[in-house]
Amino acid sequence: MKITVKGLRASFGDHEVVKGIDLAVPSRQITAIIGPSGCGKSTFLRCLNRMHELVPGASRAGQVLLDDTDVYADDVDPVLVRRWVGMVFQKPNPFPSMSIKDNVVAGLRLTHRYDRKDAPGVIERALRQAALWDEVKDKLNDPGTSLSGGQQQRLCIARALAVNPDVILLDEPCSALDPIATARIEELLLEIRRDYTMVIVTHNMGQAQRVAEHTAFFLQGELVEFDTTAALFGNPRDPRTADYIAGRFG
Amino acid sequence: MRRPIDLTSARPGVFAEKAFVWLCRLGAAIPLTMLAWLLYRVAAAGVHRLSWSFLTDPPSQLDASTAGLGPALLGTLWLIVLTATIALPIGIGAAIYLEEYSRRSKLAGVLELAIANLAGVPSIVYGMLGLGLFVHALAMGETVIAGALTLALLILPIIITSAREALRTVKDGLREAALGLGATRWQCTRQVVLPMALPGILTGAILAIARAIGETAPLVVVGAVAFILYGPDGVDAKYTALPMQIFQWTSNPKRAFLDNAAAGILVLMATLLVINGVAIWLRNRYQSRRS
Ligand SMILES: Nc1ncnc2c1ncn2[C@@H]1O[C@H](COP(=O)(O)OP(=O)(O)OP(=O)(O)O)[C@@H](O)[C@H]1O
Ligand SMILES: [Mg+2]
Repeated sequence: MKITVKGLRASFGDHEVVKGIDLAVPSRQITAIIGPSGCGKSTFLRCLNRMHELVPGASRAGQVLLDDTDVYADDVDPVLVRRWVGMVFQKPNPFPSMSIKDNVVAGLRLTHRYDRKDAPGVIERALRQAALWDEVKDKLNDPGTSLSGGQQQRLCIARALAVNPDVILLDEPCSALDPIATARIEELLLEIRRDYTMVIVTHNMGQAQRVAEHTAFFLQGELVEFDTTAALFGNPRDPRTADYIAGRFG
Repeated sequence: MRRPIDLTSARPGVFAEKAFVWLCRLGAAIPLTMLAWLLYRVAAAGVHRLSWSFLTDPPSQLDASTAGLGPALLGTLWLIVLTATIALPIGIGAAIYLEEYSRRSKLAGVLELAIANLAGVPSIVYGMLGLGLFVHALAMGETVIAGALTLALLILPIIITSAREALRTVKDGLREAALGLGATRWQCTRQVVLPMALPGILTGAILAIARAIGETAPLVVVGAVAFILYGPDGVDAKYTALPMQIFQWTSNPKRAFLDNAAAGILVLMATLLVINGVAIWLRNRYQSRRS
């Protein structure tokens, strides 16, 4: 197991949105999280790399073990957690002031781990992994925001890969994209899944079934069911899961 | 039976709409007219006094035609440089702290209230604060540094408020992107947020400094002298400033000095124009570099 979540609770002010979740995310696989809007998927995800606490008024209880270390232990530096556990957001957010290649190495630059000699190799490797290299190799100095939405999202994935994380959290990475761009991202996730542990939140049942080995179904801040994707979709044990995947609510 | 299509008869409310637009035009025209009129009156009276020696010569109590505003111009330049050096780092630092580090904390709320109130305090009160604090308590005397510190206090709320506005225009998604890559708050601020907010911060800062240049009341209180033959030669020198000099000339009983005052106003306005021009130029430069 790469990540073990124990009794995780998270709130915004008095409003508890994650209500005691236990979940184990297997290493070097893709785990999908599905559930209706507002059930706490994003909040849960943001607890895994300590982004949740950046929201003013946010609080949390419970444990998140990365390998064997509780990322919420007193002596843990949240900044270091985020270097191991990267994140790709719903809306592509390349840095507007940076070129394509500067965006790829932005993580290294920001954290002063940038080495001019290694940069071209790092840039090419990350862009190839993100299946973007062929499209941008002749215009690496163009601004990152000059790309299409789908390309920008792959650039953001390349940016996350370039800092060499262990885990990548993806929060509805395709929801702003058309089906072709979505298919490209799914291909790339399948391509790199043996090298990284990934957790992906998605509203797209097809996407969960296409990319994820395991799927978790959340409802109102609770984990209703967690199983292999095939079992969860093929033979759900909980009637609420069955209703949700059949499109009967949510 | 279908209605015939009518695309030409007047819509109801069309007159009110036209009247409103004209009212807006009038509103826009008023300040322009006032400025043009002011410039015209001042230029008519003062332009014949403008010369290099007017800009560099010391003032005179007796002869308006040989009096200059050299010491005052130099004093104002000293004030600009010192005030900016003091107020910019503190103001921008405070804005960064409030926006990036303590957002929505109780302390930030209290500070916000304090800053909003400070911005509304009359400038003469800052003069009295400067007199008590810098001139007397800290024993700086009536020096140019005491004046600059007082002006810095005066424009600090403006700088903080405008810098906060500028920081707020940077999308939170970019902060999250940077933090999500393992950047510290400072690395995120320094390398992502500040470069994007810089044009706005600089514009606000320069406008604040322009405000400081025109201030007279606090300088009167902290002891800028009305008559001095030399510009400051250090931070602990006595000094005067353009608005002080203009004020002194307008209160001189000899009519000829009024023309000097008008010429002084032209110099002051030209200085403001240059400063505002620099603000606009900086903003455009940074904006075009980013897009
Ligand atoms: N920054 C915030 N401040 C206050 N409440 C929030 C904040 N973000 C989310 N919430 C609340 O927390 C609850 C869960 O939100 P969350 O974003 O985790 O849901 P989600 O499952 O990701 O939904 P979606 O599928 O629409 O993205 C919602 O009720 C939402 O209103
Ligand atoms: Mg969400």
